[in-house]
Amino acid sequence: MKLVSLFILILSLFQGVSQEPKRVTVCETCELKSISEAIEIAADHDTIVVKKGTYKEFNILVDKPLTIIGENYPVIDGEDKGEIIRIVSDNVTIDGLFIINVGTSYTSDYAAIRVVKSEHFVIQNVVLEKLFFGIYLEKSNYGKVYHNKIIGDAVDEYNSGNGIQLWYSKHVEVEKNIVQHVRDGIYLEFSDDITIKENTSTDNLRYGLHFMFSNNDVYLNNVFENNGAGVAVMFSKRIKMIGNTFRKNWGTAAFGMLLKEINDAEISGNTFEENTIGINIEGSNRIAYKNNNFIKNGWAIKVLGACYTNTFSQNNFLYNSFDISYNSKLNDNVFDQNYWSDYTGYDLDKNGIGDVPYRPVKLFSYIVNKTPETIVLLRSLFMDIIDFSEKVSPVFTPDDLLDANPLMKKVL
Amino acid sequence: MFKILKYSFYDLIRSRWSYVYFLFYLLLGFVLLFLNNDVSKAVITLMNIIIILVPLIGTIFGVMYFYNSKEFTELLLAQPIKRSSIFLGQYLGVAGSLSLSLVLGLGIPFVLYGIFKSDAIFDFSLLLVTGAFLTMIFTALSFNISISNENKIKGFGYAVLLWLFMAVIYDGLFLMSLIVFKEYPLDSFSLVATMFNPIDLSRTLILLKLDISALLGYTGAVFKQFFGTNTGLFVSLGTLLLWTVLPIWRLTRISKKKDF
Repeated sequence: MKLVSLFILILSLFQGVSQEPKRVTVCETCELKSISEAIEIAADHDTIVVKKGTYKEFNILVDKPLTIIGENYPVIDGEDKGEIIRIVSDNVTIDGLFIINVGTSYTSDYAAIRVVKSEHFVIQNVVLEKLFFGIYLEKSNYGKVYHNKIIGDAVDEYNSGNGIQLWYSKHVEVEKNIVQHVRDGIYLEFSDDITIKENTSTDNLRYGLHFMFSNNDVYLNNVFENNGAGVAVMFSKRIKMIGNTFRKNWGTAAFGMLLKEINDAEISGNTFEENTIGINIEGSNRIAYKNNNFIKNGWAIKVLGACYTNTFSQNNFLYNSFDISYNSKLNDNVFDQNYWSDYTGYDLDKNGIGDVPYRPVKLFSYIVNKTPETIVLLRSLFMDIIDFSEKVSPVFTPDDLLDANPLMKKVL
Repeated sequence: MFKILKYSFYDLIRSRWSYVYFLFYLLLGFVLLFLNNDVSKAVITLMNIIIILVPLIGTIFGVMYFYNSKEFTELLLAQPIKRSSIFLGQYLGVAGSLSLSLVLGLGIPFVLYGIFKSDAIFDFSLLLVTGAFLTMIFTALSFNISISNENKIKGFGYAVLLWLFMAVIYDGLFLMSLIVFKEYPLDSFSLVATMFNPIDLSRTLILLKLDISALLGYTGAVFKQFFGTNTGLFVSLGTLLLWTVLPIWRLTRISKKKDF
């Protein structure tokens, strides 16, 4: 009796397996030679396995919940004819494909993979090269873009696309992607509750990461290096920026991070190294800057008016040409307990806090703001002298713009 | 002329001050490299020092040498030697030994450090060339001052004033005019104003070669367009040459006429 029941159990298990979604295999010598055909015959929730080979296909429409897995990175060559994969169904997974030669169009933004009005998609381990747009999410929510590599060949801003673009998409995770040589590495427009984590965005023409009208987003532990400009955050609210590295965004119009009309954000634990301007702030209020490192930038922070109730605390300002630049005499921002490498004060009571307040705005940076041409006097002895006299008795720079408790030792 | 140059040169080379000057640069070079471990950063720091210190030393040393060797000069004048060759010889002796101290003093540590393998070699040679030019220019100017002033104190005063004017006051006036006329396009004006002061010219020339030029923004772009090209480089080196030749020319002219 026991044996019989076990037998039935095993039988039912096998039955269970046979009812599992089936696998459809595509290869150059198989019955199915193209992915489009495979999608056509596949049933919902099937897995399509694409074997190694080259598939010259474009306009592949994924209209059922499928898992498409590439084995050893099969190449899908679009031959510059148009869009390659368009996903219009929920629960689609794309894994391990190598997509090249996406067509260029100025009217329909061809993408290597486009997700349209779908949910619960996963796009992972995909390699994209020679592309216009890379991964384009359009009104698609609750998805994941994980561990992809996007290498563009963009030359001019006007005729190139973005690596990963989110448009009206919510609750998407973008994680561990590498994006290079496109226009904007990652671009968000009207996309809320997005998590952008551990991506590397380098050598892009415009921005490494670009927010427009997107709220409640988080980006952490990303690296932005050598882009036209690191990250542009514009017209967005409640964005958390934590632990990112902004490096070598160097050039006459470059910056590590641009904040424009940003409110209630949190910026902490980031490193800004060797950027022309570390953070360029315009019209941004109630932002907490904490535990950031500003190292060897031209300007660590450039404040261009209408910025109120921001607090800067526990930051390290190390060897920047200018620590802070301000263009108004009004100051409503608080600087407290930062470490400034230019600080020359002393600490008699040995409590780790300097006894003399530090004034981060040099007269020269004030003058340069008023008359940009005067920058040609950079590193002239005269400038050092007037900077010194202004430091002793401030006349032009905002009176209350000071760090009353400058730290004597670096914040670790 | 060459005999006098030789005498002045050897006299100076053997003097304590040349050694001090040479050792100072040698030490500076070594300290900068060992503290910094980065050739291009060291070049920036050196630039700050060179554009201030080299003119100052050139001016002071030139005036001092001229007044000190006055008796020797008068002795020479009694001999059948061309006047211009006496003064030119002395000038070249001073300027030559100072430039040599500078070039060797900075060159040795950097060569030992491996400047030839670094890509900062061009910046560094530009630095040395402008440094040498500044020495020549300011020594020539100081000779001019001292030949026109019998009174030592007055001569020294003018020389220091000259340095102060070129290094500090000129930039102040430059800044003031930039601020006052900020409503007008000032790019060509600032270009010309930079050309007129050898210290500013050297500073701009070196700055534009370094990474830091990105800080200069729009104005920097205009400057870069001019100085960055070969024509710009030649024009600015030509200006430096003019700055050297004109005082020397005046020196020979005055020395011919002057009644000793």
